[in-house]
Amino acid sequence: MSENLTSALPNAEFAGFVALREAGLQGMITLRGDLGSKALSKALSEATGCALPAQRKITTKGDHALAWMSPDELLILCPHDKAPKLVVTLSKALSGEFATLANVSDARAVFQISGPGWRDALAKISPVDFSTLAPGDLRRTRAAQVAAAILVDGPEEVRVICFRSVAQYMFDLLKTATAPGSEPMLYR
Amino acid sequence: MSHRLAQGGRLIDRSTPREFTFNGKHMSGFAGDTLAASLLANDQTLLGRSFKYHRPRGVVAAGAEEPNALVGLGKGDRFEPNQRATTTELFDGLVAESQNHWPSLDFDVLALNNLVPQFLTAGFYYKTFLQPRAFWKHVYEPIIRRSAGLGKAPSEKARDPDRYEQIYGFCDVLVIGGGIAGLQAALTAAQAGARVALWEQTAHWGGRAPVDDVEIDGKPADDWIKATVETLDSMENVQLRLRCMGVGVHDHGYVLGYERLTDHTPDSDAPRHRLWRMRAGQIITATGAIERPLSFAGNDVPGVMLASAMRDYVVNYAVAPGRDVVVVTNNDDAYRTAIALRKAGIGVLAVVDARAEATGALPEAAREQGIRVLTGKGIRKVKGGKRVTGVEICRIDSKGTAHTEVFSCDAVAMSGGWSPVVHLWSHCGGKLTWDEAGSYFRPDPDRPPLGHDGKGFVRICGAADGEMGGVLVNAHDAGKNAAEAAGFKSKSKKPAQDSVTPEAPMEPVWMMPRKAEYDLRMKMWLDFQNDVKVSDVQLAAREGYQSVEHTKRYTTLGMATDQGKLSNINGLAILSDALGQPIPATGTTTFRPPYTPISIGAIAGEARGPIFQPLRRSPLHDWHAANGADWEPVGQWRRPYTYRRAGETRDQAVNREVKNARENVALLDASTLGKILVAGPDAGRFMDMLYTNMMSSLKPGKCRYGLMCNENGFLMDDGVVARIDEQSFLVHTTSGGADHVHGWMEDWLQCEWWDWKVHTVNLTEQFAQIAVVGPKARALLDRLGGMDLSPEALPFMEWCEGQLGSFDARVFRISFSGELSFEIAVPASQGRAFWDRLMQEGADMGIMPYGTEALHILRAEKGFIMIGDETDGTVIPQDLGLNWAISKKKEDFLGKRGMEREAMTDPLRWKLVGLETLDGSVLPHGALAVRPGKNANGQTITEGRVTSTYYSATLGRGIAMGLVERGPERTGEELVFAGEGDKRIKTRIVDPVIYDKEGAKQNV
Repeated sequence: MSENLTSALPNAEFAGFVALREAGLQGMITLRGDLGSKALSKALSEATGCALPAQRKITTKGDHALAWMSPDELLILCPHDKAPKLVVTLSKALSGEFATLANVSDARAVFQISGPGWRDALAKISPVDFSTLAPGDLRRTRAAQVAAAILVDGPEEVRVICFRSVAQYMFDLLKTATAPGSEPMLYR
Repeated sequence: MSHRLAQGGRLIDRSTPREFTFNGKHMSGFAGDTLAASLLANDQTLLGRSFKYHRPRGVVAAGAEEPNALVGLGKGDRFEPNQRATTTELFDGLVAESQNHWPSLDFDVLALNNLVPQFLTAGFYYKTFLQPRAFWKHVYEPIIRRSAGLGKAPSEKARDPDRYEQIYGFCDVLVIGGGIAGLQAALTAAQAGARVALWEQTAHWGGRAPVDDVEIDGKPADDWIKATVETLDSMENVQLRLRCMGVGVHDHGYVLGYERLTDHTPDSDAPRHRLWRMRAGQIITATGAIERPLSFAGNDVPGVMLASAMRDYVVNYAVAPGRDVVVVTNNDDAYRTAIALRKAGIGVLAVVDARAEATGALPEAAREQGIRVLTGKGIRKVKGGKRVTGVEICRIDSKGTAHTEVFSCDAVAMSGGWSPVVHLWSHCGGKLTWDEAGSYFRPDPDRPPLGHDGKGFVRICGAADGEMGGVLVNAHDAGKNAAEAAGFKSKSKKPAQDSVTPEAPMEPVWMMPRKAEYDLRMKMWLDFQNDVKVSDVQLAAREGYQSVEHTKRYTTLGMATDQGKLSNINGLAILSDALGQPIPATGTTTFRPPYTPISIGAIAGEARGPIFQPLRRSPLHDWHAANGADWEPVGQWRRPYTYRRAGETRDQAVNREVKNARENVALLDASTLGKILVAGPDAGRFMDMLYTNMMSSLKPGKCRYGLMCNENGFLMDDGVVARIDEQSFLVHTTSGGADHVHGWMEDWLQCEWWDWKVHTVNLTEQFAQIAVVGPKARALLDRLGGMDLSPEALPFMEWCEGQLGSFDARVFRISFSGELSFEIAVPASQGRAFWDRLMQEGADMGIMPYGTEALHILRAEKGFIMIGDETDGTVIPQDLGLNWAISKKKEDFLGKRGMEREAMTDPLRWKLVGLETLDGSVLPHGALAVRPGKNANGQTITEGRVTSTYYSATLGRGIAMGLVERGPERTGEELVFAGEGDKRIKTRIVDPVIYDKEGAKQNV
């Protein structure tokens, strides 16, 4: 099947005061359920190796990660081709629980931003105090006029996730916000 | 003559000349100049014509409060009207032109208005142009527009080439104003550890202190300013912004800032303006004070300036406003101007002081310099038209009928005292109190703007707090208190000591001379920009205006782009006097953001061009774009309306697509349809509440069409529900309704039925969904192989999933066209490849894509309704003959009771029918069915309207649906629809289903 697959904006990239590129296909599974349930954390731990993340945090193990999305929602990150199977595995493991799983890998686009100025770039489009974000943090917010999630992967690495249909808008928006010469020098 | 002095100028760089033009005339100035300073240096004292009377006007002030020196700046795409020359930094190539002159600045025909000033008094327009009403639009308005007004609007063809942006900031303490008070407040707060932002609207730190000879710890203020800025700049927790104005203070510490990044370097890469959207824990406004003009006849003649502004021009820019100056005042501060002028070698003929005696330190210092001081006197009138030629002096307590002395001079410096800039304090509800000694409103520290916790969140310090000297202690306290309120421990270091020469009390003078007669009063300007005079406010009071807000609107006092920064207090004082009440009893008008006008570009921010609005694109968008799609907006999506081939009109393309779908096989990109997963033990129960029909009885593997209504019973959305398994349903919604329906579901689950075990997940974008439609649809899909899609394996209104060719497919056998039809969902990442494969496999079958218009026609031929066409938020399912989709068994569902209301069961409601014109033509969109006669309002009586109307290529004539009074029971009757003008279209009521009523085509 892989020859047929296209991400939202294949190979899109831009060199502004940070480096911007579309990150390609990323496996993503929405899990809604009781995050306090032991069965749930056990199933997740067995399937992904990741511990349950605290509020607005990400836990990572190898190429799997769990991101806290809301009090009853997690986002499971995994390789794109593993997502369908992981849904089946987890559905079985959680069959007795009130939990819902859905593969949403293709509903999203992911952009990677690298460089020390990422806070300055995102401050222009998201109403977030970026001084409070550190690696391992996740923030759901908006980027100008669309919904976005920001995953802080490292001191100078973040990913921005949006809906697939607005990938072009997000890319154009990030290009504008990171245009050379427009550095706001806010975070230092 | 105004001119450049040979020496001095603390802000200019004489080694860097700057060339610019004013009204096409080449002029030069220096780096560091404002446009106003360089115009004055070039002896350009006449800068524009006034709003109503077209009187000559020149520079009055040196900062944001300037009412007169407004120019049109830039050319073509960069032209902007009403730009203040006093806040425009000079750059090479600047192009400025004067405003409101006709035909030229020097010779203005409309200055005739000025010869009969009693002609345009307060309320003139209201009174004069009231009758006849028929003249309002075509006679009066053009005349008024020609004569009144300031700058011209940019050309409608102009497109702003600059970039703008916004930014979200956060801080513990925001200090607005970078004078010495603001610097000190920021320093104290920052030393306590608070995250501090400091904004200064000009390009320089320190404010007026250096000009006003303030000393700090015994040294010139400049030394302390430089050191303090360096200290602040080195602190990690401090953000300094020059050219950033505090625009407005809003609830919850939300403050807008307007940063002008490249107005002074127009060709750089950076955005031109940046709008700060700051969330501040605590706010300190250190916005200084503004000097007030004095009201004497001719106080608007070019050459009459605020005393402080004159001092600014001399000290900061080495610009002399004239060779021989008369200073007129009611306070000691203006003597600083006299002394500064004298020090710069400019002639000071006299200081005219309204007070009976002037014996303070400053007047004495002036006298020591040999400056003549006249006490108990005022200016009777200013002589001169386009520039000051002299002043007549009279006794302050006289009627001004005779002068005591005449000076020949070319500039007048006036000072009526100072008013704290309380705007930002007041925006969010901070209250003011009247300061008798200084005759100004000052912030009342006991009634600050209150935050969510009931505590004040704005502090004010320095001159803005009414402290006209010794401000650092006051600023230090503000910084300390703000930091502590934000949760920091202040390490209380004593601030430096600022000192100024002490001043003797001022004496309010609201009119000069105090008993001036009408001929003088009607030449005393209060509001320079809107041409409002002392006589206008007095007239308003005589005509019964008492409220200051009403008087403001009647006279237009304070309503211009400067929002009355100079005129407010003077106007209030005149009104109070006319009403015979003290000034605080009159009160002020409301202070509203923005402090000074900001660009529309900054408000729009980045949202222009391709990112004006998010455009949603389906996974097949690029294919559509490359294959002739005519786009149609559907919500924020763009969907192909039709795919035009070379040489085709839009209609021809649509007709081709319709016929092909009926005869061969056609593809529709249905990816935009909403797809919401509803899952959980209570999912069935929840679905039964959402839909009017029964959904819980649907078996896994089956599909059912359903209707969703709001609580009022009005139809909101429709679509096909597929039951996935015992505990989950896939809800299909309309393209535009997906987000709303998802929100609607969550609203009920979170707020009303929070104990129901149901989850929803919006999967709309996970799938590319393609409708394969037409008699050859099955044959095409069979070519891909992998799934048995025979009628036996997949009957109508069922679904199945599997591998279709190499694709992960979920196939729904549903039809919105009346043809054999499969809607196939594949993961979005496979969508494009799947579409390409279908197009390729179907090439020899005549496969074609079709757009939304063909979709509409196909469904209309089948009599299927469309949300948004047949519904408009006032239509219930029963109106559309959809009673079959309303469960009678269910105890409840959303909208059930709404539908039972009297008006909803009225037999006269308009109901859905098919419409067929007698001549086969296409009915106009939205046309009304008319009956003879008029209703009580004299309107034609109507009995129905068209909701959908198309040309049917299948039938070769127009088809339509509409809502008609008692429609279905009148089938066969003729109706008359109103067309363009008087055109009437005879139409017959028919069955809405006009194609394959028995459904044979879709059930193959």
